[in-house]
Amino acid sequence: MRIAIASGKGGTGKTTVAVNLARILCRREAVQYVDCDVEEPNGHLFLTPSITQTAPVTIPVPDVRDDRCTHCGACSQLCQYHAIAVLNHMTLVFPELCHGCGGCARVCPEQAISEVGRPIGVVERGMAGSVAFVHGRLNVGEAMSPPLIRAVQALADPQATVILDAPPGTSCPVIAAIRPSDAVVLVTEPTAFGLHDLTLAVEMVRVLSRPMGVVLNRADMGDDRVEQFCAREGIPIWGRIPHDRRIAEAYSRGEIAVDVLPDTIPFFAAVIDAIRSEVPA
Amino acid sequence: MREIVIISGKGGTGKTSVTAAFASIAPRAVLVDCDVDAADLHLILTPTVQETHEFYGGNTARIAQERCRRCGICVDVCRFGAVFTDSRETDDDRAAVYAIDPIACEGCGVCAHLCPHQAIAFTEALNGHWFHSDTRMGPMVHARLGVAEENSGKLVTLIRREARALAEAQGHDLILVDGPPGIGCPVIASLSGADHVVIVTEPTVSGSHDMARVVSLAAHFNVPASVIINKADLNRDKAAEIVHYALAHRIGVLGEIPYDSVITRAQLAGLSVIEYGDNPASDALRTIWSRLQQHMATECVR
Repeated sequence: MRIAIASGKGGTGKTTVAVNLARILCRREAVQYVDCDVEEPNGHLFLTPSITQTAPVTIPVPDVRDDRCTHCGACSQLCQYHAIAVLNHMTLVFPELCHGCGGCARVCPEQAISEVGRPIGVVERGMAGSVAFVHGRLNVGEAMSPPLIRAVQALADPQATVILDAPPGTSCPVIAAIRPSDAVVLVTEPTAFGLHDLTLAVEMVRVLSRPMGVVLNRADMGDDRVEQFCAREGIPIWGRIPHDRRIAEAYSRGEIAVDVLPDTIPFFAAVIDAIRSEVPA
Repeated sequence: MREIVIISGKGGTGKTSVTAAFASIAPRAVLVDCDVDAADLHLILTPTVQETHEFYGGNTARIAQERCRRCGICVDVCRFGAVFTDSRETDDDRAAVYAIDPIACEGCGVCAHLCPHQAIAFTEALNGHWFHSDTRMGPMVHARLGVAEENSGKLVTLIRREARALAEAQGHDLILVDGPPGIGCPVIASLSGADHVVIVTEPTVSGSHDMARVVSLAAHFNVPASVIINKADLNRDKAAEIVHYALAHRIGVLGEIPYDSVITRAQLAGLSVIEYGDNPASDALRTIWSRLQQHMATECVR
């Protein structure tokens, strides 16, 4: 089973939930933690894996052979991203705008365009105790994260229980992260921002038609509007994690709550039980 | 005209609370929410929408079944796995029906161009809406990207341009931008060409890790940056590390905000921390704002 941990709002506790679930699950089954937040990956700060493989990820961008190019402009007419332009008998490529669709190479009547890989980041793998670990790191200054997210997910182990740690938001990077999941855990907090962004995240998961449940983090910090919303919308609450300064302090040091605060184990174990009982394997 | 962008790398460090506080303090600013896929600033500013505009960021492909000959070329040429086949009873036989998943479609148009039967329409897609609004703290430009939509960077660029035009037309000399989390497309669109970036971080392993990445991002795009440490007393050692890091990278530390439930209480009341009354967090934010003014004044001199 692949369980995605997502949230509309950032900082609600996705990584906290993801690493704690991975840590509990690894005591009884094969678990892989896959960090799909390639812009700001954080799981490694808690799981501290030893990285054994690092591979660059590239996207294919056009490379124009000047001796063949007749500056006909077919490529730039097709390109929707303004990544290739013909100006004054020069064909210019703007690689950072290219999405790698390959259209220009296909339509070029002179076969003057080949594709070369442009690095956008790296994928790293390793082990964190008995948790298999994968994450991606987007190069700083690079705009396009979805191709790297897809490269990270391609390493998901079909034999293991996979925890997919998603980036915040509701747009393309999040979609890329949760598409391959069997169930989505939406982590939120009982605040105005938490509720608003949860409503957007619920709409997003409904578009993708995945089973979902909510984990309410810092559950006793705010008011009960999130609980009312979930009851109204028929969304199960899969767990409640208390607002506890000790959990926040452990987090600040890079410690995993279930490792250092054994009394927090039941809160995270309850989430696993809820997913297992409500989502068909 | 000065444009200040508030970002963080890591989500949930307090960008929007800081932006709303600055908006309460700053006279006559134009306010912009560039977190277009999970916007929250409007929950505090409660804007009255004056104008609603549609946002078309790109095109989407759609297969016209009556023209499709099921040759499968579109499946072969799509790099994004957006064309799928759906086995379905049809009038004549049991055959594969080709269709395009609008969520996976990247809008490249290659399938439409190469379809030998002109069976694929490639038309503008409505990706979201953007708004001109009035708030009790000044005019606001904000947007809502449709759920699961693309082109957030283009929408961010559009609303920043609109905010600038509005500021010029109405004689405002300050634009305050609430940015999105991360370092990717919408963040780059939020900060490129801005006058100053304020990075809101927290003293945690992830807060400082993510701050380092946005510091590099700001440097990459040549935008001067300064740092605010929120929830500063959660971990004093980490807070000190962040200060060292900032000094080593010649980034100003504007100040610290205490780990205080007043930020949550103000948010639940729909108020900025400044409006919520005098408290340690509002005092800290006033000091931070005046330091930011001094900081930017010396930048201009340099």
